[in-house]
Amino acid sequence: MVNVMNVWKHYGTKPVVDDVSISIPKGKITTFIGPNGAGKSTLLSMISRLITKDDGEVRIENQEIGHWKTEELSKKISILKQSNHIHLRLTVRELISFGRFPYSRGRLTEEDEDKIEQALEFVALQDMQDKYLDQLSGGQRQRAYIAMVIAQDTEYVLLDEPLNNLDMNHSVQVMKTLSRLVRELGKTVVLVVHDINFASCYSDYIVAMKEGRIVEEGSTEKMIEPEVLNSIYDMDIDIHTINNQKICVYFQ
Amino acid sequence: MLFKRKIDLLLVLVIVLVAVFLFTGISSNWDYILPRRAVKMVAIIVTGAAIAFSTVIFQTITTNRILTPSILGLDSMYLLVQTGVVFWLGSGSIAMMNSHVNYLVSVGAMIVFSFLLFKWLFRRGENVYLLLLVGLILGTFFSSMSSFMQILIDPNEFLIVQDRMFASFNNVNTELLWVSIIIMGVAFLIYFPNHKYMDVISLGKDHAVNLGVPYEKIVQRLLVIVAILIAVATALVGPVTFLGLLVVNLAHEFIKTFRHNYLIVVSILFSVIALAGSQLIVERVFTFSTTISVLINFVGGIYFIYLLLKENKAW
Amino acid sequence: MIFMKTRYTLLALTLLSFLSLFVGVSELSVPDLFRLTPEQKEILVISRLPRLTSILIAGASISICGLIMQQLTRNKFVSPTTAGTFDSARLGVLISLLVFTSASPLVKIGVAFIFALLGTFLFMQILERIQFKDTIFIPLVGLMFGNIISSISTFFALKYDLVQNMSSWLHGDFSMIMEGRFEMLYLSIPLLALAFFYANQFTLAGMGEDFAKNLGLNYTQVVNIGLAIVAMITASVVLTVGMIPFLGLIVPNIVTYYYGDHLKKSLVQTAIFGAGFVLICDIIGRVIIFPYEISISLTMGVIGSGIFIYLLMRRRRSYAI
Repeated sequence: MVNVMNVWKHYGTKPVVDDVSISIPKGKITTFIGPNGAGKSTLLSMISRLITKDDGEVRIENQEIGHWKTEELSKKISILKQSNHIHLRLTVRELISFGRFPYSRGRLTEEDEDKIEQALEFVALQDMQDKYLDQLSGGQRQRAYIAMVIAQDTEYVLLDEPLNNLDMNHSVQVMKTLSRLVRELGKTVVLVVHDINFASCYSDYIVAMKEGRIVEEGSTEKMIEPEVLNSIYDMDIDIHTINNQKICVYFQ
Repeated sequence: MLFKRKIDLLLVLVIVLVAVFLFTGISSNWDYILPRRAVKMVAIIVTGAAIAFSTVIFQTITTNRILTPSILGLDSMYLLVQTGVVFWLGSGSIAMMNSHVNYLVSVGAMIVFSFLLFKWLFRRGENVYLLLLVGLILGTFFSSMSSFMQILIDPNEFLIVQDRMFASFNNVNTELLWVSIIIMGVAFLIYFPNHKYMDVISLGKDHAVNLGVPYEKIVQRLLVIVAILIAVATALVGPVTFLGLLVVNLAHEFIKTFRHNYLIVVSILFSVIALAGSQLIVERVFTFSTTISVLINFVGGIYFIYLLLKENKAW
Repeated sequence: MIFMKTRYTLLALTLLSFLSLFVGVSELSVPDLFRLTPEQKEILVISRLPRLTSILIAGASISICGLIMQQLTRNKFVSPTTAGTFDSARLGVLISLLVFTSASPLVKIGVAFIFALLGTFLFMQILERIQFKDTIFIPLVGLMFGNIISSISTFFALKYDLVQNMSSWLHGDFSMIMEGRFEMLYLSIPLLALAFFYANQFTLAGMGEDFAKNLGLNYTQVVNIGLAIVAMITASVVLTVGMIPFLGLIVPNIVTYYYGDHLKKSLVQTAIFGAGFVLICDIIGRVIIFPYEISISLTMGVIGSGIFIYLLMRRRRSYAI
């Protein structure tokens, strides 16, 4: 269980995350939505201890992240940031191998090799494993990074805008992969998404943020409603059910 | 396997250079010349290794291939100490005449300076580029102080300072060489437990933290090691600013890998080759009319500009 | 918000200039002005006035160089000191001395200008190729670049035994300024006028190449004119006064903080503040160990690096990450 309690973050005098408390349900896809500058990415970074929080607590399995040994924490929770640019020239397989670092400290065991193989298979990049990252398309590269997180084999997987810069096809592939992570491997996935329809079609639980605060949270069913969305985005959004999926129409 | 063969190749080159350096061009007086050359060679290997090693660590921390630890301002600090001593105490003072005292003062000043800099900036939780920029600005400031004093001192005294401005292996003090080797050995022992993190740190801070590296702690420790290595090497032979930059980039070009096991070894080998080679050139071609650090900075500097102009994703 | 009108800043600068005339080893006080002895008159004309003039010109023009460079590179931390311009000009002076042994000032300035221009161009090329455009990273590269250029200078200086000379003639210092030795600085004045003329274009160019081209600006030409102005001013200042570190960095940063980034608004203020800042530093350098002097390079180095580090820290605090 991930529990966030009264967490704050200020830049200068401006609060970016303003007294946020939330519990993230296990074994589900939780999506953070909200307008630009709502503090979603900052919150994700604080939960995964990439940036320090000014105040409040983040508890993972009932233990404050500050009390976890960072080595142990990296077997429990992983994060993939939207700007995950790596300067090095790495092959797909080499990148994924890094995901095993928390377990093997760089000396890969047989078990590690198995996990790497599984991760490759999971994102369907076996054929590409010896290609360099800069030879891949945007969608393939994103899947390679996701495979690295899969190899890290953590219970909680956090992704900051994983669909950024991907076309429709690749976006759907990535979302399907994430969905399988939850259904097949029993992981808990938390992500930030800008396209509200992806949030509607793939998530179990939605958290809406605005100006550093949580304005609404609840099951997808409850959240994808005109009144709720209006309060988040300040615009009228029609909702139609197509093939049992709630689709938001807001283009005009 | 390929890496191993390339390393063997470099190793052979090092051995040949060392042999040429030690055994050629002696007609008589073997007993006198050989030990002196051996000391020189040991100094070359030790400082070459220290500089290459610290540059690899430094570039990994900064995830950047065009930076060198000398921009922490240590070189300028060293020159300020040397100029300051001559300016206030004169070239005949014990701090200038006695190489032990000079060594102690220089190493002390450089290490105290870098510790204060690290402490101040890390307490504020600033990022590493800011640290470098502040170091570099303080370096510029030290240089203006040095050049102010250099203008005022007597030209004869200035020659003494000028000698210190450029690295030289010609008058390395044997005892200090041993002291330096011991300090560097200790630094390496402190480094060793952190070695396993190096590959991951080169992915950048976010990835490293995500993969469970106690990032801040390790990086601070590594920076301290870098500062110690550079301080000792500089106090022993003088500043060779761009050597690290040159050899580490050559190593990258040569083996194209991110793995530090290889990267460190290859960089050190290149470093020894560059130093021993330049020393040979300085002695036998220029007959001491230029100094080794000027030669290396010149070549390294031009190579650096070439690197910058070449389209590159590594920075 | 502190928003000083041009007339007040100009008035302050005039007062400071007046004050500076009366600081020095030889006796000269305000009442004396009306009954100058021949000696005092000589001091005024040969030493004090030239010194004041050169301070005003150098201070104003180097600050404006910094402002133009920051505008063109869109980076607040680029200046003649942090882009290798000074170091390149210095290499030029050295080369002109080596190649044309008894070079006339005009030849020297010509060669220094060419080197400064080439150096700055090279830096701009490097900037274009750098993909990681972190604000802090770029001055870091520029300073490294400058170090390399100066290590090339050292290579030659050492070979021809000019190391001490080189540090002396290029160490920024106004105490050597006398009638007949600073007139080259006047070259900056038409260049400054040119800078004013192009102010609007520089502002547009500062919004980026695509943006400027979209508005019909000949981007490359404007950038080249800007860099040529910068190189020429730097060359003339290096030859007459020497290097003045940090000046081109600090003054534009402070001025644009209050007056905004439109050059039409900030150019005049930058010139006035730049001149005033150098004047203050010079007066401090002259009185602090009276009757001796501390060179402008050193006072500026101390005060300038302090202010620069403060600016850096403030930037971090207000924008975070």
